[in-house]
Amino acid sequence: MNQPTAPAMIRDAAQRYKAGVMPYKQMGYWEPEYVPNDTDVIALFRITPQEGVEPEEAAAAVAGESSTATWTVVWTDRLTACEAYRAKAYRVDPVPGTGAGTSVPAQYFAYIAYDLDLFEEGSIANLTASIIGNVFGFKAVKALRLEDMRIPVAYLKTFQGPPTGIVVERERLDKFGRPLLGATVKPKLGLSGKNYGRVVYEALKGGLDFVKDDENINSQAFMHWRDRFLFVMEAVNRAAADTGEVKGHYLNVTAATMEDLYERAEFAKELGSVIVMIDLVIGYTAIQSMAKWARRNNMILHLHRAGHSTYTRQKTHGVSFRVISKWMRMAGVDHIHAGTVVGKLEGDPNVIAGIYDTLREAHTPANLQHGLFFDQPWAGLRKVMPVASGGIHVGQMHQLITYLGEDVVLQFGGGTIGHPMGIQAGATANRVALEAMIQARNEGRDIWNEGPEILHQAAKACAPLKAALDTWKDISFNYESTDTVDYVATPTPA
Amino acid sequence: MRMTQGTFSFLPDLTDKQVRAQVEYALDRGWAVSVEHTADPHPRNVYWEMWGQPMFDLRDAAGVVQEIKACKAAFPAHFVKVNAFDSTRGWETIRLSFIVQRPAQEPAFALERQEAEGRTIRYTIGRAV
Repeated sequence: MNQPTAPAMIRDAAQRYKAGVMPYKQMGYWEPEYVPNDTDVIALFRITPQEGVEPEEAAAAVAGESSTATWTVVWTDRLTACEAYRAKAYRVDPVPGTGAGTSVPAQYFAYIAYDLDLFEEGSIANLTASIIGNVFGFKAVKALRLEDMRIPVAYLKTFQGPPTGIVVERERLDKFGRPLLGATVKPKLGLSGKNYGRVVYEALKGGLDFVKDDENINSQAFMHWRDRFLFVMEAVNRAAADTGEVKGHYLNVTAATMEDLYERAEFAKELGSVIVMIDLVIGYTAIQSMAKWARRNNMILHLHRAGHSTYTRQKTHGVSFRVISKWMRMAGVDHIHAGTVVGKLEGDPNVIAGIYDTLREAHTPANLQHGLFFDQPWAGLRKVMPVASGGIHVGQMHQLITYLGEDVVLQFGGGTIGHPMGIQAGATANRVALEAMIQARNEGRDIWNEGPEILHQAAKACAPLKAALDTWKDISFNYESTDTVDYVATPTPA
Repeated sequence: MRMTQGTFSFLPDLTDKQVRAQVEYALDRGWAVSVEHTADPHPRNVYWEMWGQPMFDLRDAAGVVQEIKACKAAFPAHFVKVNAFDSTRGWETIRLSFIVQRPAQEPAFALERQEAEGRTIRYTIGRAV
């Protein structure tokens, strides 16, 4: 980088701790020669500096504000091992496609390392209070986005992680070798408990594994939570008896207070539900509390990511969903909505691949094309089952399995309940299409190209599938993604 | 009723050729195939009877198909399923499990309800009589 640079870190202590304001670089938050320890937490920020602020100084400022610094020099630093506690910005790279010669203001990827002792064990709240605390409102940067993090094994080991995980969930449900199938009850607001349970029963009997409360179904005037839980469990048990299969419904226990959450979760447990659900908006601490409750009580914990798009979607400011996925695997959820690629909600294929790998793999290697900047070993934390939901339908089955694999819950809400022959038929259509596609894949067929033909053949023996394909055959959501990866492929030497 | 446990229960019963193709898929991934049977397909009955041990050392689909046939012949009135076990670290579980034989007359289940306080109902899934 050929930009004017402010003088580097001041090593002379008397000079360094003279009262007044000095650039963050001089205070010691920029250390290009620093080599991160294996136990460091590393954060990768996308920084858009204010006009006239050079990138290293902006990176140093972010390091400072997310660790020990304040706006002016304080002598009390000298009462601490401040060199160790300072976060260190150690690398700044220009973001491809920004800055000189483009129409986009210059952006930089800044690597910042934090000493392990800066963070309380097992606390997402503490980790995030530093990393995404004051710093996101900091005037020296126009915009700031947390793109990725490397969580050291030493810190991961202080987290419980998913209470159940993919492997144990499948063993409890006795369902292997295919994606699980779900649907969200619609309309999401207004149904009475009895009518709501009807939708659950029909969908489960027709072939779904799970039905789901929506994020904003809690305990409203039209349906209080106890009534919903009782009718839903009648539906779940009836469907299990009718099919000989384990069935479930995500009972949303989201509520105003932690006491209410526990009360609802306890009741779900008492009724024999295999799973409960929470919304991301309850906050990191409440999520961790529910994760511990779920582990203690043998319950699967489903997380609906309500609210995330307010800060994950725009590329220049906020927190990427990759990072949210890492935090949620640490906090300990078993299911998380993670994108569909093909549905109605945001989802670039590369970004989604990075998120799914983060949730499901035992070790996620760095992969810039997928937005993963660091090798991330998962230290035995269980695998989170991603959930694909939002505007997907049976005609996309081959694309969904190709993009998302088989360890995923595919949720066809409208695609089940809106079926012209009824809810049971809608569920059956989805299940037949799913099993036919898995069978074909396992037989070695090229489902990406032969998918439509495989569905057509399966529909010959299944009228509901034929009706579903006829109804939704032309529906797709082809909009440009907002959150994409900025990455230039560099040729590797042969 | 048609019991719908297993990966392919919503499809027409698999032919021998189709079963063999799935076995080959499992063996290609290094998974160990096993065969289990039961007269009690209750959804919470996780321990079906084992037809011998998982075939850890059998890498030939024809051999596996022989064992499936033998189990079906020995228990013509039972459900028979084929499991594929993955011993890879982090999985160490079944990765594929599908029904290959059903009794001519499948048992039905009934739901028993015991009313408890606060409108709560305790459910038991039992065999229909």
